[in-house]
Parts: sequence; structure tokens; C-alpha cells
Amino acid sequence: MTLVQYLLLSSALFSLGVYGLLARRNAVMVLLAIELMLNAVNVNLIAFEAWIRDALAIGQVFSIFMITVAAAEVGIGLAIVLLVFRSRETANIDDFNLMKG
Amino acid sequence: MSRFAPLLFRLAEETGEHGDEVHHAVEAGVTSGWAVENVWIMLLLPFVAAFLIVLFGRFDEKWGHRLAVTTTVYMFLHGSWIWYLNITQGVLYEKSIVIAEIGSNWVLEWGWVVDGLSSMMYFVVGTVSMLVFFYAVGYMKGEIRYAGFFAAFSLFAGAMLVLVAAPNLAQLIVGWELVGVASYLLIGHYWEDKTNSSAGMKAFFTNKVADVGLIIGSIMLATAVGSFRISDILTAAEEHAHDLEAVAVVGAILLFFGAMGKSAQFPLHVWLPDAMAGPTPVSALMHAATMVTAGVYLLGRMFPLFEGLAGVEARQWVMWIGAATLLLTGLIALVQRDIKKVLAYSTLSQLGYMVTALGAGAYTAGLFHLFTHAFFKALLFLGAGSAIHAVHSNDMHDMGGLRKFMPRTYATFLVASLALAGIIPLAGYWSKDEILVGINAAEGLPASEFVLWVATVGAFITAFYMTRTVALTFFGQYKGHGHPHEAPAIMTWPLMILGVFSVGVGWVNIPGVYTGFTDWLAVRAHAIVEHHVEGANWIEATEWGVALPGLVAGVLGITIGVIVFGRDEGTQAERDRFRIPVLYPLLENQYYIDDFYLWLVGLIKGPLARAIDWTNSYVIDAVVNGVGVLMAGLGRIVYGGVDQRGIDFAFTAFAGAAGGSGGLLRRLQTGRVQQYAGAFVIGAVLLVIGFTLFR
Amino acid sequence: MELWTNGAGLSLTVVLPLVGAVIVGLTPRASESLQKVVALLTSLATLAVTVGAALVFEYGQGAGFQLGTDRPWIPGIDATYAVGIDGISLPMLALSAFITVLAIIYSWNHWDEPKNPKAFLLLILVLAAGMNGTFIALDLVLFFIFFEIVLLPMYFMIGIWGDKTPRSVPIFGITMETRLYAALKFFVFTLFGSAFMLLGFLALYFNADPQTFSIPGLIAQAPALGALPFAGWIFAGLALGFAVKVPMWPFHTWLPDAHTAAPTVGSVLLAAILLKLGSYGFIRIAIPVLPEQAKEFAPAIAVLAVIGIIYGSLACLAQTDMKRLIAFSSVGHMGFVMLGIATMTEIGINAAIIGMVAHGVITGLLFFLAGSMHHRYHTREMARLGGNLALMPKMGWILSFTAMASLGLPGLAGFWGEFMALLGAYNPLPGLDAGLFRGAMVTGAIGTVLTAGYLLWMLQKVNLGEPKAEWAGHEFHDVDRYEMTAWLPLLAFTVLLGVYPKLVFGATVPAVEALVQTAFGG
Repeated sequence: MTLVQYLLLSSALFSLGVYGLLARRNAVMVLLAIELMLNAVNVNLIAFEAWIRDALAIGQVFSIFMITVAAAEVGIGLAIVLLVFRSRETANIDDFNLMKG
Repeated sequence: MSRFAPLLFRLAEETGEHGDEVHHAVEAGVTSGWAVENVWIMLLLPFVAAFLIVLFGRFDEKWGHRLAVTTTVYMFLHGSWIWYLNITQGVLYEKSIVIAEIGSNWVLEWGWVVDGLSSMMYFVVGTVSMLVFFYAVGYMKGEIRYAGFFAAFSLFAGAMLVLVAAPNLAQLIVGWELVGVASYLLIGHYWEDKTNSSAGMKAFFTNKVADVGLIIGSIMLATAVGSFRISDILTAAEEHAHDLEAVAVVGAILLFFGAMGKSAQFPLHVWLPDAMAGPTPVSALMHAATMVTAGVYLLGRMFPLFEGLAGVEARQWVMWIGAATLLLTGLIALVQRDIKKVLAYSTLSQLGYMVTALGAGAYTAGLFHLFTHAFFKALLFLGAGSAIHAVHSNDMHDMGGLRKFMPRTYATFLVASLALAGIIPLAGYWSKDEILVGINAAEGLPASEFVLWVATVGAFITAFYMTRTVALTFFGQYKGHGHPHEAPAIMTWPLMILGVFSVGVGWVNIPGVYTGFTDWLAVRAHAIVEHHVEGANWIEATEWGVALPGLVAGVLGITIGVIVFGRDEGTQAERDRFRIPVLYPLLENQYYIDDFYLWLVGLIKGPLARAIDWTNSYVIDAVVNGVGVLMAGLGRIVYGGVDQRGIDFAFTAFAGAAGGSGGLLRRLQTGRVQQYAGAFVIGAVLLVIGFTLFR
Repeated sequence: MELWTNGAGLSLTVVLPLVGAVIVGLTPRASESLQKVVALLTSLATLAVTVGAALVFEYGQGAGFQLGTDRPWIPGIDATYAVGIDGISLPMLALSAFITVLAIIYSWNHWDEPKNPKAFLLLILVLAAGMNGTFIALDLVLFFIFFEIVLLPMYFMIGIWGDKTPRSVPIFGITMETRLYAALKFFVFTLFGSAFMLLGFLALYFNADPQTFSIPGLIAQAPALGALPFAGWIFAGLALGFAVKVPMWPFHTWLPDAHTAAPTVGSVLLAAILLKLGSYGFIRIAIPVLPEQAKEFAPAIAVLAVIGIIYGSLACLAQTDMKRLIAFSSVGHMGFVMLGIATMTEIGINAAIIGMVAHGVITGLLFFLAGSMHHRYHTREMARLGGNLALMPKMGWILSFTAMASLGLPGLAGFWGEFMALLGAYNPLPGLDAGLFRGAMVTGAIGTVLTAGYLLWMLQKVNLGEPKAEWAGHEFHDVDRYEMTAWLPLLAFTVLLGVYPKLVFGATVPAVEALVQTAFGG
């Protein structure tokens, strides 16, 4: 397998994530889309690491970091969504416009 | 008259260069003893007594006289013992305790001196104090602030001893001013009345003026010698030290200026008559017998300087001032109606005699007069006080005929008057006589013959006004109110004891017969120098050519006094109103000197002080405030012109612009996360495109 | 003990009051007694430290500073944390700690409106830290900081607790509250002087080689600094800063206003300690660092000092307000201190130091008395007072005694300062114009007469005579326990210093001898 194939996979995943982020109205789905984008980046990192043969395996280290951070982020994000849902009876992201200037 | 070699104290033995205690060598063969080594007890005790009276006086007023009188009895015993030792054994002693050393040569010390002069003063102060204190117990009975009176009285006694004992000029100044404070407190004892507190102030203030002279003079002399010690200064004077020679005359005159204040010499005499506002025992002890003689004592103490180095140039002023005082104040005494004022002016006149004598170089004579005068003048005041106590008035026109009511007071007063008038063989005769002889013998002093005449006329005046006083007070009809009665025993006993002294103390120095006083004083005095002893002024025999006119003047004064005031007993008060044009108003207004001083003080306190205060507010402070106001005005200009219209305008403009742009930009903020995310993605894409294209 | 070798002991005199201030600040506002106890204990502890310092101090050793330290502090500008005392600063430090304790004791039941003991005690403690710090600082930056720190608490004391009656400013037709006017004038005037002083400090720093703010370091370079072409200007700057604080004529006008407006304790601390910072600055910095310039300026200082003596006394004679009279008397008394300093001799500088201590003790007591009398009569107009001795005998006698001490009565503390200043002026440092100084001596001696005049006159007006009709039927409570406790030590010291001046001279004489030797040679 060549590097290009990994990159194609990751860009496809990333594009799906971007689409989900912009197009979906359900907040949970938006979170999942973000997760997709992060994992696309992870694939990229590992692919490049393998290609460069980095002795310190920085790519793997970073992706492990990102997985951890992503897990935390999802945890917080889902908690927020849950609380907002409880108060507003909706998960539609278009209704969350308190920050309107 | 036997003469010892001059006894100059030198610093022969010192414990270390600046040991804590410096002992002066005592002349070999002269024994000292407990009494002279422990003079500090006598010096300290009155202060302790004063302090304790203040502490305990509020519980029981009797503590006032208990403590005070006990102290003076001790002072009397100790002082007499020291004098006895000095007379019999020639004890000399000096001790100084260092309180501070500054630099290499300035040493401040407390200490005491025992020599002829100081031990005579210990005796006089101790004796007269004790008798007057006893008298005061009766006189002040039931008076307001009884305990406080005795506290201040004790303070005075202590301060006077500190002054007398001083081995250095700094301590002398301390005692000098402390007696002034005691005098201030006691003159103003009845301070509810403003005249009394003003009299106290006047005394303090006049003395303070004179003290300027004393302080500057002391500083000059001490700087020239490099020591405050009187013995050092006198030694340098004897050796004609070069540095001292340059300042000796001015320094001596300045010291004399200080003495003029305390001994109330013309024209600084004005405080003494006013000081009679104090209770009579105060007048007797302080303003007649002891405190006012401090100036004479100072002259005596520093006499070798006046005699030698400062010489005629300084002494002529002393003599003239003394002569002026004795004549001018004696004349005022003629016209006074207040019995205490008569005695006050008489005191001034007698102080004038002492100063004249010292100025003329008659050292023994001046101090001898101090010695005898202390007793008979104290007696006169106490007698006057006894009369005042009986008739409740100071005015002699309210008295008269008291002879019948108060025989003891009368008898003692008469003896003292005769002594003051200089009638042989009472105390005053011998001392006044010696003064006349001394002036006659003065050498090289300009106008000394004229001064001799003045002193002789002064003797006449003295006798005349004392006759008047006795006549108005004790003879004729009683003109006051109520029934006068003799004073209690505690008051008459001191009178009688002083009466004995007034008769007898003159006999210690009868020329040609017994000259003990001269021996004690002159020979055993501190640093009397050889050339002086050889001088002409040591009277060994009465010169009748001089003494007789003095005696005759006294007798004449009494005779004329009796003729004028004694002829018609009922109307002598009327006769008292003899009027001499010009002279009488002049005398009654004390030559207008008081008025001049009042004008001067008023000038300083009024216009001058107000001018300074005005300057402070309207000139100096105006500059300060002006700067402040100017700065505030500048601030307003900066604020209103530059800040508000200039800089602030710019800020406002910026703020407006920011607000407007904010209004536009807020529309971008929809609050929708996905729109932000879209913008984010677009931005990212644009960045990627940018990097790719323009790399 | 290590406490005394590493400078910690001396630093405690600054740290303790500050810690006390923090503790007082942390207590709730309502618990007044706690605040008082804390403040008293802190000040007592500070006094104890000072006494300890006085005990371990080696008196024989003239030159050099003791019990101190010198540590890096702000390396960028070579400022160090240098503290230490010598025989000159020791009496001042002791005086400062001593008066602070008495001020707090007096405050126990004397509060000027608007009371608020917490804030007031806090300010006293901060003030104490500043005053003590100034006396131990051996680095110009440190000195300057402490010198300026004292301004703030005093500003607030005057501005908040001061006299609220309106005061019209002549000529300019402005009327404002006395306290505000006085506080502002005090602060701005002093700061104005300090600015020049700071310029002087900076000029010294930049021209020293190696550059240093250390006072001993600068003294060591005195010859080089004195040779600078503008050394005279440096001295003038320093002198101006100190002269405002002293205050010397004609920079004195903040003083009567500040003293009169300040609350009692404020006046006491102001008179007893703050004024001394100026004259102390002359002795500690201006003279040893620039001796030649000091010598050049000495006649001018002497003339201004003598003008101050006469001017202050005459101004006193015109006062109708008792507190203002006492305030003006400080101008005269500090004139004697400055006359002593101007002679540049051992005797003169010793006179100045004992004069400073005596003035602190005596005038401090006078202000206490003025405050207590105002507390009872609610007026300071002498024309309305009178017969105080009959109404309140103890108060009256203490006032009489203190006034006597203030007029320089021999045997009491005030005498030595005046007498020795005159003694010094008669024989100033060789090279100075002896004629001028002797003229100054005579004028100063005449000043003592005027001093006696206004104090006696005050006594007559306030203490003597019959009480005025308006006080008939009034019950006056005489001196109370707290007042007595605060005043007795001052009374005792007035007598002690008068009878045994070695209490001060024992410390100062060797130090001053070394100072004069170093500055002017044998």
C-alpha cells in the first residue's frame, strides 16, 4: 500500500466530516462529524510516520494524544448537548443561537 | 592678718584622662571629711522634698511643711558644719561628676565646691532658709495651695545650692535659671489675679534677657579656655592665657550683664519691686536675702577675672552700674507707700552697694555686705510680713501705731532698720563702712571719688527712708481696720533669732580688732591671686576719714527722718505727702523705665509679631498657595483646552468609529455554530489555496 | 546572636509594624479592642527590638555601622537592601519606637471623628514602619522609599481625621476644609522637596564610580564626588529636600497648617519624628557625602536657621490658637537644631541630635496636651481658655512643666540642645566665617528670650487667672489613666535627659566624632 492510498482515505473521511459538520442539524450528529474529522487526521499522522520511519514515532504519540483529547471532548460535548436538550426539548443546532450579537 | 599662699586648685590628680569621677586635688595637709565629700545630699534633698511634697501634698497639706522644714533644718546643719570646717580647718574641696564628654575637650559635669565663698553661702542660705521656712509655716497657714508653696520653696532652696556649689559655669547656669523658675512660681503663687502672674512673667522675662549675657559670656570664656570649670578659667586668667586675654573684657562684662538681671541692677531692676506680689516669706528669702545675691555671688566667684585680666575696663562698668542702682532705687524708696515696695527698693539699693564694692575691687567688703544684709533684710521683710499679716494690707497708710500691738515685731524691725541704716555697732555699719573704705581705696577707676559721694549720700537716703517706714508703721495712730495682734510664736521666734544675727554678724569683721571674715573669705577663697592680695583693697584698719562721713550720713538721715515724720504722731501720714516738683512724679513712676519696657514689649508682641504673622500668611504662604493655585489653573487649561477639546476629541472619534463598525460586524455574529464552522472551513480552504498558489 | 549579625534584628523594626498593620487589617472592623491590643503589642515588640539593639550596640566604636546587613535587592540599578545603625541613628530609632508606643496608648480612648480605630491604628503602624526604616536605611533608594512611605499615612490621617472647620486661603479667596487644605499642602510641599532630593540621589549615583546607592559607599567616594563641577547643585537639591521636611525657613508654611489640622496623635508623630527625618538626612547623607559643599552652604543654612528661630518665635507671639502656637514653636526649635548642624563641628552636631530628641519628647508632649485640652474644652482659642490650673490641676501642672522644658530650662532636656548649639556657633568649623556664626549665636540667644516670652504668655493665658465664665458649672475630668500612662514616660525622659545627657551623648559622641573626622579631617 502506498502513502497515497492512506491520504485518499483520510481526505475522504475528512470531507465526510466537513459535510456532516455543516449539513446535519442534530447536535449529536455534528459531534460525530467532528470525531470523523479528528480520526482522518489521525490516519494522516500515522501514515506519514510510517512513511518517514520516524525513530521517535511522533505521529503515533500524537495520535494517541488526540484520541485521548477527542474522547474527553466528546464526553463534554455530549454532556452539554444532553443538558441543552433537557432545557430546550430539542437537539436542533439551529435553535442554539444565544450567542447572536 | 595672716596670709596663706594663694590656693589654686589644679587638676593634679585625675582618675584617667576622662574618668567618670574627677577628683580635684585637695591642698596637702588640709583635711576633708564626710560633710564636704557629701555635699550632694544637701543639694539633692530639697529636690527630693519638692517631689515628695507634690506626691503627698494632695493627701495631707501638712506634708508640705513637714518635708520642707525638715530639709532646711538639714541644710542649716550641714551648711553650718561645712562653714565651721572651712573656718577652723581651712577645708577646701571640689568634686565633679561627668555627665557627658563631647569631642576631645568639652566635658559637662555636676559637682560641688567647698571653699570660703561657697561655704559662707551654704551657711547663709541654710540659716535664712530655715528661719524663713519656719516663719512661713505660720504665715501661710490656711492659704491656698499650701503644699505647693512649700514644694516650690524647696525647689528654690535646692536650686540656690546648686548655683552656689557650681564648680563650672554650665552648672551655674542651671542653678541660675532654676532659681528663676522657682521665683516665677512663687511670685505668681496667687495666680488667679493677673497682676501676680504678670509680675512672675516680668521677673522671668527680665532675667531671661540678662541670661543671654550670662550664656554668651560663659561660652566666650569657656571656649577661650577650653573648659567650663571656673577653676580652669580663673587659672587661665591668672596666667594671662593668650586666648582668654582677647575675650576677657567682653566676657566679663557679659557675665556682669547676667548678674545685673538676677541681682536686679539698674536698668534691669524693674522686676524686683513687682516680685513683691509673692507671699512675704518668698520676698524675704528670695527677693532679699539669697536669690538676688546670686549676681553678687557670681561676681565674687569670678572676681580674679574682674580683678586681673578683665581689669578696670570691665570693673568700671560694674562700679558705675552699682552706684547708679544704689542711688536711683534708693530715691524711689522714699516715695513708696507699700511697705514691701519700700523694702524692695531698699534691697535694690543695697545690692547696688555690693556691686559697687565689687566693681571698686573691694572684694571682701561687697561679700561682707551680702552676708550681713541677708540677715537684717530677711528680718525686715519678715517683720513687714508680720505687720501685713496683722492688718491685712500692704499700705503703710493703713498701719501706724503697731508698736503697741506687736512689741516683738516692732523691736526686731527697729533693730534691723538701724542695722540697715548703718548705725554702729550693728551689722550693717561694719559692712557699709568697709564698702566706703573700699571705694575710697579704688585705684585707676574713673570717677571713683564721685561714686564715693554717691555711696555716702546713699547711706543718708537709706537711713531716711527706713526712719520713715518705722514711723509710718509703728508710730502714731492706728489707721487700719480691725484689731491687729502679735503674730504666733512660730513667726516671732525667727524674727528674734534674726534680730540677734542683725546685731552680731557684723562683729566677725571689725577692722583692726578681729578680721575673721576677711581671712575666711579672702584667703581661703577659690583662686584668689597673689597680686590681688597685695592690692590696696584689703581693709585692715578703718579709715575714719571715710567711715565717719558714712556714719554721720546715717545718723543725719535718721535725725531728719524723725524731724519730718516723728514730730506730730497723728499727722505723719499727711506729712508723708511732701512733694518735690519734677522729682516726685519721676520717682513715683520709677523714672518711666517700666513704661518704656512695656512699650517695647508691646511693640514686639503687637505690631512686630503681627507683621511676621501677616508676612507668613500673605507673603510666604501666598507664594506657596499661589504656586498651588497656579498649578490648579494650569490643570484647568490643560483639562479644558487640551484634554477635553484636543485629546479627548480624538478618543471620542475613535470610540464612535468603533461603535459604528461594531454595529456592522454584529450582523456577522449569528450565534449559529454551523455558520461559524462554515466560515472556518472556507477560511481554511482559502488558506490552502493561497499557500498552494503563492508559495 | 545571629539576629544581630545578619540584619534581621534591625529589619524587625520595619517588619513588625507592617505585620501588625496586616493583622489589624485582617481583623473585623467591629473588634476594636483586638485591634488596639494587636497594635500595642506590635509597637511594644518593636520597642523591645530597639532596646535590644541598644543593648548589643557597641558604643565605643565610632565609625561604621553596626547590626546591619547589605544584600542585593534590585541588581539592575545597584540598589541593595542595606541597613545598619550607628550612634547617630540609634537615638532616633529609639525615639521613634518609643513615641509610637505612647501614641498607641494615648489612642486607647481618644478618637477624633470619624473614629474608625482599625484604619487609624493601621496607619500608625505603617507610619512607624516608614519612620524606623528611614533611620536604619543605608541605601539611598531604600532611604527614599521609607522617606516617602511616611507621607501616605500622614496624608490620610490629616485628610480624614483632621480639623473640619473651613479655612479660607488669603488673597486667593478660596475656602476649603482645613484638613483637606493642610493634607494637600503637606503632601505636595514635601513631595516637591523630595523630587529635588531624588534628583540629587540620582546625580550621586551616576557620578559615583563604581555606581552605587550605598551611603557608606558614597561617603568613601566623597572627595571625587565633591570635585564634580555641579556638586554644589547636588547639595542644593539634597538640602532642599531635607529643608522642607525640617522645616527650615522659608519652607515651613506647611508645618503650622499640618500640625494644627492633624489629629492629636498625628501632630505628635509629625512633630516628634517626621520633622527629624529632615535634619537626620542632613547629618546622615548631605554632610558626609558632600562635606566641601556643606561647608560652602553652611553660612546660608546658619542664617536661615537663625531667621527661623526669630521668625518662629515672633509668629508664635501673634497666635491665638494654642495648637498653632505650639506648631510654630517647632520652627524656632528646629532652627536651633539646624544652627547646630550648620556649625559642622562635633559639638554642634551633637547639639543637633540631642536637640532633636529633646524636641521630640517635649513638643510631642505639648501636642498631646493640646489635644487633650481640645478634647475637653472643644476650643483651642487661648482667649477663651484660662484658669486651666484651677479647673484641671494635673493637666495644668504638666502643661506648665512641659512649657518650661520647651523654653530650654536648664536641668531639663531642652537646654542642652540650645546651649550647645550656641556653644558650637561661637566656634564653628575652621574655615567658616566665625563672625557670621557669632552673630548667629547672639541672635539665637535673643531667640531664647522670645521663646520664653511666648511660652510664658501662653501659660498665663491658658493656665493662670480665673476660669472664664463660660466654663462655670462645667465638670472637667482631669488627666485620665491612659493619658498619664502615655505622658509619664515623656516627663521622666525630659528630666532624665536634662540631668544626664549622656543618655544620648554616650551613643552620639563617638559617631559624630568619626563623622566630622571623615568629612573635614582632623
